[in-house]
Amino acid sequence: MMRFLTSLLLGLTILAAPVYAQSGPLRLELDQGIIEPLPFAVPNFVPDGPAATQYANDLSRVVAADLTGTGLFREISSDAFISRVSSFEAPVQFADWKAINAEALVTGAVNVSGKRLTVRFRVWDVFSGQELGNGLQFSGTTDGWRRMAHKVADQVYSRVTGESGYFDSRIAFVSESGPKNQRLKRLAIMDYDGANVQYLTDSAAIVLAPRFSPSGDRLLYTSYETGQPRIYVLDVDRVKRTELKTQDGTMSFSPRFSPDGRSILYSLIQGGNTDLWKMDLASGQSVRLTNTPAIETAPSYSPDGSQIVFESDRSGTPQLYIMPSNGGEATRISFKQGRYGTPVWSPRGDLIAFTKQNKGRFHIGVMRTDGSEERLLTSSFLDEGPTWSPNGRVIMFTRESQGASGRATLYSVDISGRNLRPVRTPDGGSDPSWGPLQK
Amino acid sequence: MNVLSKVIALGVLSVLAACTNNDPSALGGGAGGNGSILPGSPSDPQSPAYFQQTVGDRVLFEVDQSTLTGQAQTILQGQADWLLANTDFVATIEGHADEQGTREYNLALGARRANAAREYLISRGVAGNRLTTVSFGKERPIEICSTEECYSKNRRSVTVLTGSTLG
Repeated sequence: MMRFLTSLLLGLTILAAPVYAQSGPLRLELDQGIIEPLPFAVPNFVPDGPAATQYANDLSRVVAADLTGTGLFREISSDAFISRVSSFEAPVQFADWKAINAEALVTGAVNVSGKRLTVRFRVWDVFSGQELGNGLQFSGTTDGWRRMAHKVADQVYSRVTGESGYFDSRIAFVSESGPKNQRLKRLAIMDYDGANVQYLTDSAAIVLAPRFSPSGDRLLYTSYETGQPRIYVLDVDRVKRTELKTQDGTMSFSPRFSPDGRSILYSLIQGGNTDLWKMDLASGQSVRLTNTPAIETAPSYSPDGSQIVFESDRSGTPQLYIMPSNGGEATRISFKQGRYGTPVWSPRGDLIAFTKQNKGRFHIGVMRTDGSEERLLTSSFLDEGPTWSPNGRVIMFTRESQGASGRATLYSVDISGRNLRPVRTPDGGSDPSWGPLQK
Repeated sequence: MNVLSKVIALGVLSVLAACTNNDPSALGGGAGGNGSILPGSPSDPQSPAYFQQTVGDRVLFEVDQSTLTGQAQTILQGQADWLLANTDFVATIEGHADEQGTREYNLALGARRANAAREYLISRGVAGNRLTTVSFGKERPIEICSTEECYSKNRRSVTVLTGSTLG
């Protein structure tokens, strides 16, 4: 198997102090319901030689695509530009950018020497004529150019919104091909935008629902390679997997890491009954967390690790419950009409995303952790399995289309319910898990 | 691994059988008609093909249910009788769900269905150590349309024979 991470590790340098004092008034407040995307311009970064030309163009396009893809920004076409940026050091002609209503401007330069690529960039608040934050420089190997573009875009996003970005992150998912009754499934990993897909398993056995570790170094998933569903942990860089042994004669599935990455929650089926268990990864020891004749599954920790949200049909239909992380009394939090499943605690701790089935439709929704303020973000024949972007602003999920030619596709949606869009994958895709921002 | 590949092979076989012959009783009715019974064929009462097609290897469930209907109990009684008469065989009972539900819930629901069938067979005298279960949730539908007609066939448990005589 090939090496997984490109050997990019990014040197990061703060560029010399800018001409103007920082902290202009340009700021996108994400909680205030953004309807009108912020217009910005990314003139192609300036190459400092022929070897850098293609990289400079491609890198600028990825930065622009990252920002546009959020639905929060709108790129101004280069056709409208009055100024050309032919030197990274030359003073910005703010009047020319104001004239085309570019509120934010990103300028950059790319140097390629051998296999080493360096990108420098600055973010400008056009209307105040000031730089937003400091110029920065990233360098790494040329094959990691997309990651450098994502890092630039993350910087732009965080300087304009005041929140961390999510572009330099990866998605683990199940790649699907073939018809519904003979579907082939492979574990795969890719950049958040669908680039650089790598397969982690073949399609010999059904694989389900990969889940990233908090640091992104490992994946939990369920595989039928023994004939029974069982949980495996996979080292992402080495593509080496290990079965996590549970009791003989049982099926195990729906694993998820604890916030410290040292233990996992999972569902164990014994005698037809599904309960929640917790396994300490160092010792392999498991303890039971629920003990009811109902189905208990899809557990997810709160970010501080003190609580677990999960799905149970103890009331007669699947609903969401919260209990202490060592088990104990569970409190139901879902009370509206319908069936609720696959709850996932947001990285900020404030919301729980879930799948809801009601009147023949499926929805991805969010609610506060006490069940209040439920909002449905999507609606289709079959939406399920939400996962949070590292900054808690976007949710990715599986959408399966109807009928004999039905196909699974990854979609993402903003937690405001806007900007619903498919995520491109080579074949069908399901069960996304959004990894952390990369270091 | 060897056992597994047999299970898969049989699974495929039973799917094909279901596609080409939607009415198991049709085959059973004609089985004893002429004198020559081909060993291993659906007309050989000791063959897995007979179990699949004539006895019936699957039972169906109502939406979100794992309780056995009267019809399901009749089929399972036939399975129990066959297993008691053909003691070389062991069986894996697969539980399945239709696509209306989350992946996780359907896995758990499939396990309930497989277990309901297993418990019934045990109650009719089949030794528990001959019967294992596995749930496929909604991963392996046999019908792929998205209407109740298909869904009703996908909400099933399937008793898949394995055993030394298959080697």
